[in-house]
Amino acid sequence: MNPETLLSLSLATLLLPLASFVILIFFSRRFPRQGDWLGTAIAFTALATALAIAITKLTAFHDEVIQANLPWVDFGNVPGVGPLTIQLGIMVDNLSAIMLVVVMIVSSLVHLFSIGYMQGDVRYGRYFAYLGIFTFSMLGIVLTNNFFMMYVSWELVGLSSYLLIGHWFEKRSASDAAKKAFIVNRVGDVGMFIGILILYATYHTFTFDPIFAAIRAGQIPMGSEAWLTAAGILVFCGAVGKSAQFPLHVWLPDAMEGPTPVSALIHAATMVAAGVYLVTRTFAMLTADALMFIAYIGAATAFIAATIAIAQNDIKKVLAYSTVSQLGYMVMGLGVGAYTAGFFHLSTHAMFKAGLFLGSGSVIHAMHHALHHAHDHHTDPQDIRNMGGLRTKMPVTFWTFLIYTLAISGIPLTSGFLSKDEILAGTLAFGDLTGHAIIPIVAFFVAGLTAFYMFRLVILTFFGKPADEHRLAAIHESPKVMTVPLIVFAALSVFAVWTGSFNPFSAEGWFTEAMPRPETVVPASAAAATNEVWAETSHHVHGPAMVLSLIMASTGIVLAFVVFYWKRINADAVVARLKPLHTFLVNKWYFDELYDATVINGTLAVTRAYRWFDETVVDGIVNGVARWTMGVTLGKNDAWEGGTFGSIAYLLVTGLVSVYAGWVLASSLAPADPTFGQLLWYGLLGLGTAGLSFFMFYVGVGGFDNTIVDGLVNLVATFAGFTGIVTRRIQTGKVQTYLAFVLLGVMVFFLWFN
Amino acid sequence: MDLYTISFYMFAVLLLGSAIVVVFSRNIVRAAFALMITLLSIAAFYVLMMADFVGIVQLLLYVGGILVLILFGVMLTNRQISVDIREGAIQTIPAVIVTSTIGGILAGAIWSTAWPMREAARSVAATAPVIGEMFLTTYLLPFEVASVLLLVALVGAALIARRERKS
Amino acid sequence: MNDILVWFQNPGLTHVLLISAALFMLGTYAILTRRNAIMVLMGIELVLNAAGLNFVAFGRYAVGTFDGQVITLFIIVLAAAEAAIALAIVLNIYQNFHTVNVDEINRLKD
Repeated sequence: MNPETLLSLSLATLLLPLASFVILIFFSRRFPRQGDWLGTAIAFTALATALAIAITKLTAFHDEVIQANLPWVDFGNVPGVGPLTIQLGIMVDNLSAIMLVVVMIVSSLVHLFSIGYMQGDVRYGRYFAYLGIFTFSMLGIVLTNNFFMMYVSWELVGLSSYLLIGHWFEKRSASDAAKKAFIVNRVGDVGMFIGILILYATYHTFTFDPIFAAIRAGQIPMGSEAWLTAAGILVFCGAVGKSAQFPLHVWLPDAMEGPTPVSALIHAATMVAAGVYLVTRTFAMLTADALMFIAYIGAATAFIAATIAIAQNDIKKVLAYSTVSQLGYMVMGLGVGAYTAGFFHLSTHAMFKAGLFLGSGSVIHAMHHALHHAHDHHTDPQDIRNMGGLRTKMPVTFWTFLIYTLAISGIPLTSGFLSKDEILAGTLAFGDLTGHAIIPIVAFFVAGLTAFYMFRLVILTFFGKPADEHRLAAIHESPKVMTVPLIVFAALSVFAVWTGSFNPFSAEGWFTEAMPRPETVVPASAAAATNEVWAETSHHVHGPAMVLSLIMASTGIVLAFVVFYWKRINADAVVARLKPLHTFLVNKWYFDELYDATVINGTLAVTRAYRWFDETVVDGIVNGVARWTMGVTLGKNDAWEGGTFGSIAYLLVTGLVSVYAGWVLASSLAPADPTFGQLLWYGLLGLGTAGLSFFMFYVGVGGFDNTIVDGLVNLVATFAGFTGIVTRRIQTGKVQTYLAFVLLGVMVFFLWFN
Repeated sequence: MDLYTISFYMFAVLLLGSAIVVVFSRNIVRAAFALMITLLSIAAFYVLMMADFVGIVQLLLYVGGILVLILFGVMLTNRQISVDIREGAIQTIPAVIVTSTIGGILAGAIWSTAWPMREAARSVAATAPVIGEMFLTTYLLPFEVASVLLLVALVGAALIARRERKS
Repeated sequence: MNDILVWFQNPGLTHVLLISAALFMLGTYAILTRRNAIMVLMGIELVLNAAGLNFVAFGRYAVGTFDGQVITLFIIVLAAAEAAIALAIVLNIYQNFHTVNVDEINRLKD
């Protein structure tokens, strides 16, 4: 296979899911079974081509980067900017080849699983169409070689996520969750957009390679390393939104309102990994400061989410927070510089987390049917307190679920052990190199927490006595179409798949060979540790890291069994003891409340502050000055009419001053030997000046305050009120009014640039 | 004052006069017929500017097609309540401000710009062959796109205007 | 005085541009003020015609090629498509709201 064939194959892989979307969105009602077989067949075809691409790429073209560009828009030589073209392009390197397979495996198996899970859904065909457009846009992110297409696909992914979360939009909570996901993501995307614009303004291209080459050649934005750091962090903001990193992680748990296979595909394995993928893509251009920022964000996310996961009772919520926590792990891994480990964990995590979600889907499906059978519409089929003892009834689901749980906890013989271990070693090396010891501490602590809450989930769901014996009797294992994907994912969670060797303690293998840490392109003064230093240090700490991570994981597991299986420690008593902490965790650290308080009430608070400022400070100063002036000149307001000494003296002095002013003005303006007419004229001028001046003084004290100062203040207030009325009136809801404003705007632009 | 000048001003007066009727008439049917005169005078202007083919297309498409369409629209949407056939105006004062500002800017731009002038060609050649050739060479892509656009618009219009199926 | 007379006696580019500017103003005014959607549509037609007039005038007096006329033909085609779609929308609105007055169709405002 030559490179051209490889590129056309990858283009075909990209466009196949789009075809699935277009066909199904228009014609799904015409097909038998609403076209689910078509969508699934297309997904598996794309999986086959993706596998072919990846195998060819990793064997025949191991160290090459194959890419093709297409000049999309050519603006020619734009004055003030220079040549301006927008290139589209696709790229197949080891990163995108592996990611392609990861995405397609999860996507195709989720297609298959959905046939069973979504059976009889109201919008069955549309659901498969949405899966198609999601897969297309995700592949767009993976295959592109420039920021432009990356951003477009980024938004398309956001759109399809919105559509799928809101699949059951009749449910208020689902449509709210969809909106929340969309809007929160937008916050991060604005940062990414600005970051891309900074890069574009400097390099006049969106394509990765020329940008990296230019940075390597020493050309950096505004000639300052701080700007390069800022560009890196701003682009990372997109990842913060999509990968649900702190502080924008709030949308992901709510997104579990979507169908469970969707949670597996989008909100566990692929889309949320897009942020991590973006960081991997741009890894070479990130400065040490940007990487440090990323590492801390990742660590904070991993910690916060893991603590919340302990206190949740909804099976999907636990998995959601576990996802957030693991994403934080990956981001932290990349941030500390463990490039290979971060992406390794992304790939392995995609498999076992998709499996976990599909497994939970299988459980929910069974619970739902059992409850339906018992005509019970009040019990929550997703609450783990209502489960228990499912082990015997759903053996396939149980065993696969156990394998995934072992993998996510980092137990040897699983893929999760290898990748997690690499990340932990990376954090240790980072702590060694930079002295930021808090990162490895958090990382190891979270490893223990993960093992604990995941086994809590397994024990409460599958072990022990069921909450209701009758309900358990009605539970059945899910159909083949759902269990087969579970088995496949379980097989993919075994270590040997990812290394190709039979040493369960070494991550060395085809994956690590395919993904060597790229040499950074940023100037040496701003760069993180070089590859040599990094390899040296991480090799050094690898042994201790493995031992420590094993200790942490087994501690977590044993603790989970002690508390929830053997019940040696009463969980309720612990909760009662730590009531405030537990409430804090159950309420997810109050992030939603915090954002409500800041975003919504913030605006109101600003308004109130302005009002207070106007009433107290502005009015206070004005009135204070007026009172002070009066006090100095007159003593009191009443004294004016009373003819006190002060007022008489004031009148006298001001009268003299006025006469003098008139005299000076008239005599200085008058010519040397004036005629009679001139004399009369200038005399009148002098008198007028004196009179005016005296009047000003007279009116001044009493009137200046009342008329002019108050007038000014009130004018400002009236203007503000008027503006308020006008801006409210503008919102007429009439198209024509808006059109008038558009026209006005156009004219302003016209005059501005004229 | 040759014939050209006289006809130019005649059609200018006709054009603007009928356009004023279109804009200010309260009777929508009258406005529609005034629009016909406006469009006809535009066609006349095209002919005066030696664009005979465009003039004919204007006559066929605008006067023969679009105007009839608009008349159908008038008839179809006013058949029940004939009182509503008289229509008032809204937000006239802002509109006057906006419009006169636009007019001022445009007039200022037109007056102050030194337009590059070409010697007016006296020979009157047939324009249709030239335009046809341009459509099939320089403007081939826009031409094809326009045809697709027309098709899509027709299908879309039929789809939108169709009555909702009773379900 | 004589200059103005000469200007009037030789209608050229500026004259056509001024006429089309006036036409544009009238069209804009109609779009902004008329309540009936069909009247708004007529205003749009006026604006489009003003643009077409400009293109032909520039082609005739300033550039000397036929490109302006071709563009004008495209404008006419676009206007036809636009009128068809717009009238379809108006008919649909009429079926749903029983009015074509644009200021009464403000359901999105609430």
